[in-house]
Amino acid sequence: MSSVLILFAHPALEKSKTNRYLMKACREMGAVTVNDLYEEYPDFDIDVDREQQLLLDHDYIIMHHPLYWYSSPALLKQWQDLVLEHGWAYGRQGKALTGKKMLNVVTAGGRQEAYQEEGYNRFTMRQFLAPFEQTARLCNMSYLPPFVVHGTHRLNEPDIQRYAQQYQSLLSMLVNDQIDVQEAGKRQYFNELILD
Amino acid sequence: MDQSVLLQAIVYLAAGVLFVPLAKRLGLGSVLGYLLAGMVIGPAGLGFVGDEGHDLMHFAEFGVIIMLFLVGLELEPERLWKLRVSVLGLGGLQVLLTTLIVAGLAMLTGLAWQPSLALGMILAMSSTAIVLQTFNEKGLLSTAAGQRTFAVLLFQDIAVIPILAIMPLLAIYPAQAEGNHAHHFSLVDGLPDWARPFVVVGAVVGLVLVGRYVMRPVFRIIARTGMREVFIATALLMVVSIAVLMEMVGLSPALGAFVAGVVLANSEYKHELESDIDPFKGLLLGLFFISVGAAINFDLLLGSPWVVLGIVFGIMAAKAVVLAVLGNRFRLRTDQNLLFSLGLCQVGEFAFVLLSFASQNGILDAGTVDLMTAVVALSMALTPLVFLFNEKMLLPRFGTKEKERKPEDAVEEKNEVIIAGFGRFGNIVGRFLRANNVATTVLDFDSDRVDTLRKLGLKVYYGDASRYDLLKSAGAAEARLLIIAIDSPDKALDLIETAKKHFPNLEILVKAIDRDDAYEFMDAGLTHIYRETLDSSLRMGVDAMRLLGHRAYSSERAARLFRKHDEKALEELAAVRHDHKQYFSSARRRIRELEELITSDENDRWLKDVEEGWDAESLRREFNTPNS
Repeated sequence: MSSVLILFAHPALEKSKTNRYLMKACREMGAVTVNDLYEEYPDFDIDVDREQQLLLDHDYIIMHHPLYWYSSPALLKQWQDLVLEHGWAYGRQGKALTGKKMLNVVTAGGRQEAYQEEGYNRFTMRQFLAPFEQTARLCNMSYLPPFVVHGTHRLNEPDIQRYAQQYQSLLSMLVNDQIDVQEAGKRQYFNELILD
Repeated sequence: MDQSVLLQAIVYLAAGVLFVPLAKRLGLGSVLGYLLAGMVIGPAGLGFVGDEGHDLMHFAEFGVIIMLFLVGLELEPERLWKLRVSVLGLGGLQVLLTTLIVAGLAMLTGLAWQPSLALGMILAMSSTAIVLQTFNEKGLLSTAAGQRTFAVLLFQDIAVIPILAIMPLLAIYPAQAEGNHAHHFSLVDGLPDWARPFVVVGAVVGLVLVGRYVMRPVFRIIARTGMREVFIATALLMVVSIAVLMEMVGLSPALGAFVAGVVLANSEYKHELESDIDPFKGLLLGLFFISVGAAINFDLLLGSPWVVLGIVFGIMAAKAVVLAVLGNRFRLRTDQNLLFSLGLCQVGEFAFVLLSFASQNGILDAGTVDLMTAVVALSMALTPLVFLFNEKMLLPRFGTKEKERKPEDAVEEKNEVIIAGFGRFGNIVGRFLRANNVATTVLDFDSDRVDTLRKLGLKVYYGDASRYDLLKSAGAAEARLLIIAIDSPDKALDLIETAKKHFPNLEILVKAIDRDDAYEFMDAGLTHIYRETLDSSLRMGVDAMRLLGHRAYSSERAARLFRKHDEKALEELAAVRHDHKQYFSSARRRIRELEELITSDENDRWLKDVEEGWDAESLRREFNTPNS
């Protein structure tokens, strides 16, 4: 059994149907801690001690957020700036996160085809998420491929439901240690590892 | 120094010290406490005070003068101008109608028309001292009833002048020689009649001019010496001089002091004057009330109790009816009108002066004067009880009626939020919620405000929010939040108790005035407590830092972290506070707590948080030390 921490960052959850369903799905799971950052820190003043303790208490760290300008909403960036301290998360003495596993769960308006060299976003999702991947590496964590919900503006209710179920499957795979980190690392998206 | 003066002082002070806290404890108000003290030490009680009580009353009337000076200070000329309709219309009609009705009643008892008219004028006066002091104590001066009450009292003060002028014309007995009453120097006695108004007007104009152009530079010079007692002495000297000047030209000294107060209301020394003179007002007024209590002639009362009591209640009822009719005409709502008419229905201290004046001028015989003096004193002594009666018996009953009249509101109430108190704090919370489409139900104790808000379409109830029935009809059983933004901490605690007992569904948010208040609410088991000065003080701190060149974001962040730290420190202090309470006086305790707060400011981790965000110092150090 492993424990999962979801760092959820959405500044206007009430306006995102997809993310409401996804959040509902993960709140139903045991062994999963949801840390709703915009609810916890509306003033952006992150309680560093609390956050570091949460990280220490969990094996998997999920950064769950919509893709805004090819990156995360501002608060999640603030979280990284403040919580991943030098000498704690990285640096010569910074070994606190060693051995943990990290991944992104991302909702994006654009379809998967758009995130190709020949698509209108010109780069792949993995390329846009490179800063997260490298952050995980620098903090001595393994990086797992992202679970992405593409084309959110076009999704209908059954589609969203299906994604929510997939999210639940993903979480139970992590909790029950059904992931081979080496194998998973070869995939583009975590979505490929989930059997409907 | 004459020892008997000191002994007298002991008697008066001890009586006050003993009875006032007792009366306050029992919820009777300080005025009744002083009056009781007076009765106890007076001739009818322990007999510590004899006839000199009357002289003392004359001296203590200076308290009334100081009070009117202070009232004037609070009242800028523009505001006074706005009151003109109330003063002339309401005040004028009150004095006129009461005079006529009382005179009529007196004539029915067989008195000639002259003494009847004199009695009418005398009994039309109300007690500025008791009424203003009580309204002040209850914080009611700014209500509609408070404003109207003040206007009437002001008119009565002015009316004393023509009354004193008319009285001598009503003489039917040969005028007495000036007996025990001290003859004071007068500027107008020797003058021909046509010259008198000029002297009077000249004195008032002189007062205004001196107040405006001379007193300010004088106060500036005195203030510069930095000697507070000299400043106080100057202020007292000024008030006493005004009183004497006014008496010399035949005007009411209280009125003169009031005018001087208004003249200085815009000056920069307003608050200094207020805080310096206020204790004198309090002490002298206390002395005045004690002497009123001592002056009550119990022999007369016991001799013919029904006659005396009949006259007292008859007059108070007649005055109250006149006031109520006028209050209604001047659009006071029923609750405010009750306060207004019952508040002013006693006969006031001016009556003592006028009675002795009337007897000197041969208008009233000695028997009538004695009887009336007892009546006046009794009616003053009854006033605090009338206030209590109104508060405990009439207002609650009235409040319910008010709601029954508007049953349609009671049905509609399904709002999630109830706001108790829509004053300076509550109105911001309420407006904010409304702007975000959160429907609120407001409970407020100021009927004028209630009226206005209702006209704007808000759900507002008039009444005491700590009452169960009012909360219930405001929808407390279905609501989710109760926001308490009333000013009186005691009332707030009452409300919390009621709400917790009957409506456990409500989440309570409460405004606290200060730290002490916050502790009380913590003890009551609340967690959502908002000290009203905390956020704006910190905003000011942030702006100060920014003006000094600190970066905006860092300053804002520091302020927010400081606030969190301060709230935490408050909780910690709340825990040890009960120990402190045992060991320190409240002033010492506050200093002690400040000390502990400042120490914890220095020790807490919040400073580290401010300093370490985005700090690259440790990175720099690591790069500059060789790898081992």
